[in-house]
Amino acid sequence: MSEVRALIVDDSSVMRKIVERSLRQAGLDPMAVFEAGNGAEGLDQLKAQQVDLILSDINMPLMDGLEFLRQLRAQKLAPGVPVVMITTESSEEHVKEAILAGAQGYIRKPFTAEQVKERVLPLIHAA
Amino acid sequence: MAQSLRKSLHLVSDPKNLDASVEEVFRMMLGVDCRRDAGPAPAAEPESVTAVVGFGGMLSGACVFHSGGSAARKIAGQMTGMEFAEVDETVQDGIGEVCNMLAGAWKGKVPNLAANCGLSIPTVITGRDYNLHVQAPEFQLHHIYKFEDASFEVTIICDGVQ
Repeated sequence: MSEVRALIVDDSSVMRKIVERSLRQAGLDPMAVFEAGNGAEGLDQLKAQQVDLILSDINMPLMDGLEFLRQLRAQKLAPGVPVVMITTESSEEHVKEAILAGAQGYIRKPFTAEQVKERVLPLIHAA
Repeated sequence: MAQSLRKSLHLVSDPKNLDASVEEVFRMMLGVDCRRDAGPAPAAEPESVTAVVGFGGMLSGACVFHSGGSAARKIAGQMTGMEFAEVDETVQDGIGEVCNMLAGAWKGKVPNLAANCGLSIPTVITGRDYNLHVQAPEFQLHHIYKFEDASFEVTIICDGVQ
């Protein structure tokens, strides 16, 4: 597989590292990783980098993951790039809200590397 | 239609939900078997770590994680694969995230609560000689857990339900 460029948006640096490790365990290696601590930083990253995959938390300070998704679409940043939400919010309503805002996938924290593989790889291959 | 949690208060306050949430988070994110411990609270250490995630909406209250510095460093080490000599920003970040996942997993056990209760961003407090005081909650669950030689406490505080 050619190098995958992934943007990981989460206010926890530990969680960003865990997501990166799970992606590598899922077979996304080599991989270039870009990190952002909230939605606004994520948008800035996307203005500077082209990526193949975006993983974002929902509950973040300054700009949460749902607003990040809406801005992403409104500003036409990263068109066609799959977005997967990784979050503790797991109700049907939250999933629906994320899908309506433009997410293609949803992973509930806590998660296993296997779950990341199952949800993310098909999106990468389809993109 | 107005919804109420009052009728499912027995589910919300079921102690098994907290145990299952802790076991799930530690098994999936740390790869360790973590069990409820009947023993006394962990011995006080010079430095301790407390993380708080607030609940808002149909239930107001908080999920509180508390441990000594050594258990916090061990948990963060298990999450990251790193070793920590002190409770630094990465350890605090990791403990905040553990508390966040515990709060999310716990509220996810009751469908009505999962959809109608929001979580705050974690707050982490570290230091010596501090007390956390809660004024007359509606109910409170306080359990001690252990994995390997590390002990920690998790408290669910419910100030009110709609």
